[in-house]
Amino acid sequence: MATPTSTTASVKSATETMQERTRAFENDRESRVAAKVSVRELDFFYGRAQALHKISLDVGSQIVMAFIGPSGCGKSTFLRTLNRMNDTIPGTRVEGSVQIDGQDIYAPGTDVVELRRRVGMVFQKSNPFPKSIFDNVAYGLRINKLTSSKTELSDRVEEALTNAALWPEVKDRLKASALSLSGGQQQRLCIARALAVRPEVILMDEPASALDPIATQKIEELIVELKRQYTIVIVTHNMQQAARVSDETAFFWLGKLVEVNSTEQMFTNPNEKLTEDYITGRFG
Amino acid sequence: MRNLQPNAPTPAAAQGASARSWNWRRTLAPTGNTGDTVFRSILFACAFILLLIVIIMIGAMAVNSLPSLRAFGFGFLTSQEWNPIAGKFGALPFIYGTILSSLLALFISVPLSLGIAIFLVEQAPRALARPVGFLVELLAAIPSVVYGLWGIFVLAPALRETVEPSLARWFGWLPFFQGNITGIGLFTGGIILAIMITPIITAVVRDVLAAVPVSQREAAFALGATKWETTRVVLTNGAAGIAGAIILGLGRAIGETMAVTMVIGNRAQISASLFEPSYTIASVLANEFTEATGELYLSALIELGLILFLVTFTVNGVARLLVWSVAHRAGGSSVGRAG
Repeated sequence: MATPTSTTASVKSATETMQERTRAFENDRESRVAAKVSVRELDFFYGRAQALHKISLDVGSQIVMAFIGPSGCGKSTFLRTLNRMNDTIPGTRVEGSVQIDGQDIYAPGTDVVELRRRVGMVFQKSNPFPKSIFDNVAYGLRINKLTSSKTELSDRVEEALTNAALWPEVKDRLKASALSLSGGQQQRLCIARALAVRPEVILMDEPASALDPIATQKIEELIVELKRQYTIVIVTHNMQQAARVSDETAFFWLGKLVEVNSTEQMFTNPNEKLTEDYITGRFG
Repeated sequence: MRNLQPNAPTPAAAQGASARSWNWRRTLAPTGNTGDTVFRSILFACAFILLLIVIIMIGAMAVNSLPSLRAFGFGFLTSQEWNPIAGKFGALPFIYGTILSSLLALFISVPLSLGIAIFLVEQAPRALARPVGFLVELLAAIPSVVYGLWGIFVLAPALRETVEPSLARWFGWLPFFQGNITGIGLFTGGIILAIMITPIITAVVRDVLAAVPVSQREAAFALGATKWETTRVVLTNGAAGIAGAIILGLGRAIGETMAVTMVIGNRAQISASLFEPSYTIASVLANEFTEATGELYLSALIELGLILFLVTFTVNGVARLLVWSVAHRAGGSSVGRAG
């Protein structure tokens, strides 16, 4: 702002600064509108401990973004702020903004139930309900009343299981308990369950970390396949996995976002020294 | 992840296992150290004494109830007549009173207990859940005679003046709510039992719900489930344990003596009306063992005791098994908050 004592030159420069800021703000707003998920200045606290510091990040539509970083760096916590899953933990607090399609999900009056239907989640450890395979996939459809007939329900279940590459393995035993499936199948069932409600964004929290290499490979192929329809954010400890499945990668360290870049750039020529040190295995 | 695979047996251990013969020397002295052997023997004796007591109890009751068993046979369970002077003994009124008062107690207590437990685990802030949970446990520890006194002087008059007349007025067309309103009877007995078993059921259900993995709740929330829908998922997960908790409460209600004796009226009769006095197995034992003069009278009471013992033993056993099954299925819980 210009003060009464300022010279003409400084007034001009101040005006320019303001114009620049406005332009930057508008560019920023455009990028935020274009982005599926847009986060600005996000701080997160567990009680008094601050777990995330001023995170700003955009995730484009129909891409896979991977979050990498050492254990405890806040990447899972950050992932869980995107569908307000941290709300379920007492004593947590969020500052800053998270927009999905331009809507602030932390605005008062936000329907968290509707948000979580739009932003699905797959967890580190598969967590099927102790129900049949069919009922697991149908659960989200039923509680959200997304289907109007039994035929539609079973069609949607089949569609979800097919998209999760599980249909051929389970089509003859939909009534069997979900707990009778193998670990890898259970995780794909959880993905099918998340897909069934047709979310716009899917958050995956180390979805393959408890699986053997073959099951992991299946999940990775699935992620690449799902990218056509969904925006996917995946947390992974496995850098090869990040390199294989993602288009963009974000590197977290000690609750801060160090670098976001295209995955190719990130793994060949990162901007930050810290990123390079982590990726080349010098720490972490 | 749990590793369920046992340690691979060494060849020597495999040979020993193939013999399959129990060797007391190996059980008591696995290390060959004298001190350890003495220590183990003492502990073994302590555990064995408990088993011995149970066996002696069942044996003594079975032997002493023989005269009654011989005299009445199976008819003991179906006869309604309890006439010590004529030497006629039938257990049906006591069985009826026990079952009905316990079912009435469950009818009132189960919804209440589930509500409290769900509130404590799923809804209440921690600052409230702790003290309320503590209070629930304290309630379970109040001596039953205190509940009985309160039942006689507070609950029975209150029911006689307010609840029972209203029930008779609005639901008097049902046989359960007809007859004399005295405040002393099956209805009051059922309610005092309900109050006594609510803390027990609540405490166990709370533990069962708390044992349901967080990952199950997160799975439901992540699919757009409301708090209520998520709670239903948790209840489904804990169903066996909740059933166990209810059966545990039933076991307590069946065996409860003092408080019920003080308010149920103690009359050996079978009446459809809940307002009428009734009698339970535990109450008749407490009331009549001192005046049981004849051998047959005493033997009939002991047979009642045997029935009560076996029923509560079975009921509690089933309940523990159900609760245990939930706690162990939930063993592989994960919070999924790493990274």
